Amino acid sequence: MFVVTLLIALYSTYGERKVAAFLQDRIGPNRAGPWGLLQPFADGVKMFTKEEIIPVASNKFLFILGPSIAMICCLMTGVVLPWGSELTLFGRTFYLQAVDLNIGVLYVFAVVSVSVYGIMIGGWASNNKWSLMGAIRGSSQIISYELSMGLSIVALVLMTGSLSFRDIVNQQHGGILHWNFLMQPLSFLIFLICAFAECNRSPFDLPECETELVGGFHTEYSSMKLGFYLFSEYINMFISSAVISALFFGGFNFPGMDWLLETTQSQNIVTLVGVGAYFLKIFFFIFFFMWVRWTIPRFRYDQLMNLGWKGLIPLALINLAAMAVIEMLKHLHTFGF
Amino acid sequence: MIASLFYFLAFVSIFLAAMVVFAKNPIHSVLYLILTFFSIAGHYLLLNAQFLALVHIVVYAGAIMVLFLFVIMLLNLNAATEPVKSNMMRFAGAIAGGCLMLVLIAVLSKTNSMQPAHEANTQIGLIKNLGKVLYSEYNLPFEIASILFLIAMIGAVILAKKEPKTSI
Repeated sequence: MFVVTLLIALYSTYGERKVAAFLQDRIGPNRAGPWGLLQPFADGVKMFTKEEIIPVASNKFLFILGPSIAMICCLMTGVVLPWGSELTLFGRTFYLQAVDLNIGVLYVFAVVSVSVYGIMIGGWASNNKWSLMGAIRGSSQIISYELSMGLSIVALVLMTGSLSFRDIVNQQHGGILHWNFLMQPLSFLIFLICAFAECNRSPFDLPECETELVGGFHTEYSSMKLGFYLFSEYINMFISSAVISALFFGGFNFPGMDWLLETTQSQNIVTLVGVGAYFLKIFFFIFFFMWVRWTIPRFRYDQLMNLGWKGLIPLALINLAAMAVIEMLKHLHTFGF
Repeated sequence: MIASLFYFLAFVSIFLAAMVVFAKNPIHSVLYLILTFFSIAGHYLLLNAQFLALVHIVVYAGAIMVLFLFVIMLLNLNAATEPVKSNMMRFAGAIAGGCLMLVLIAVLSKTNSMQPAHEANTQIGLIKNLGKVLYSEYNLPFEIASILFLIAMIGAVILAKKEPKTSI
């Protein structure tokens, strides 16, 4: 799974540049390999062979710890995601999911909230004012948007009644009409915006805002440590796309699932097509992330905070209250009405 | 197996907690505190309370400690700016801490058995059971705790609010 995640993140960098080129009417990378397909590997080799610079005035241990935390945290989230339903091989049934935690959604939250330290520690340990500013911006942005993200998920959990990814995905079985983004458009919208902010992606890429902060929290980083930071952004993008697809777009469910099961009588084929469908959704969202990055200009910092605290949190609270009322009306009979 | 895991975790938590106090650099102190919270989350996991463990990480390690780190980074405290404490202060601190330790030791030595107050249900930490208990049996304390939080929040907002401008 790690290999797949890393490979996808690797090619996201390539995809990013191609999408950017396409949107700006350029060609993009085209030298290394056919259509520039080997470009990410060339970049990787470049990153590894560059000179390692650790600033003298920095705190060496924490300086190295920063990118490590960023990388470890974003790789840890993939564990609870359900990549597909069951697969029967040699008479044994496998679930395409590493662990089915009954609190999987909360687990993702915990890991995301810990990943802030990667930015904070890295920015502080660099002993550079730009880095510190970037780190402080980044962490305040992430903790502000975590709140509305959490609230939007709580509204979703109210409806599904489970915190396990597998349960939530299974409940969306049975056609596009059962997918959560139609049931809860507002939650989906809030979650999407917050996901952009959590990944430090444009239009919310204030922590590394080149025009104001040189390079933000990773100004002092060089070589593969910088590579880890940049790379973890792409992995985060992949993981958020996967979470969005699982929570709101039916995960490995696809239209015509039951029909395919009836005609082929094989759960394995359905599962494999489901995995394909899931990855198709994920790739669409990765593309969406890039699309937005090259379309919408960056916010100003006070605008970002206003949107987070005065726009999204009240909206998410109203959404949550409305969901609670709707759920109560649905279950009125259990209260004896 | 579980017992040795417990002793290991307990040792780690106490060691990290001690490091919080002994670390010279305030940032290191905060980082040790974060690690302490993680080891406490490990204790919760040993008690089969996964929900509590994760919430502990989200709330303490993920939110509160970030704010701690935030403030300390902004103040940029280090050994040079640390105010010099007088011997009087150190003496008073030692006496106060020693008194607390005496009381704790006295209380602990009086307890004969370390049995839990009532037979614990090992499944209580799972989110389903915890939610049911919290919203039925312990509904009132739960609500009172939330009101306490609300009051604290309003207080913080009022404190942070700017003075009304008199001139235009």
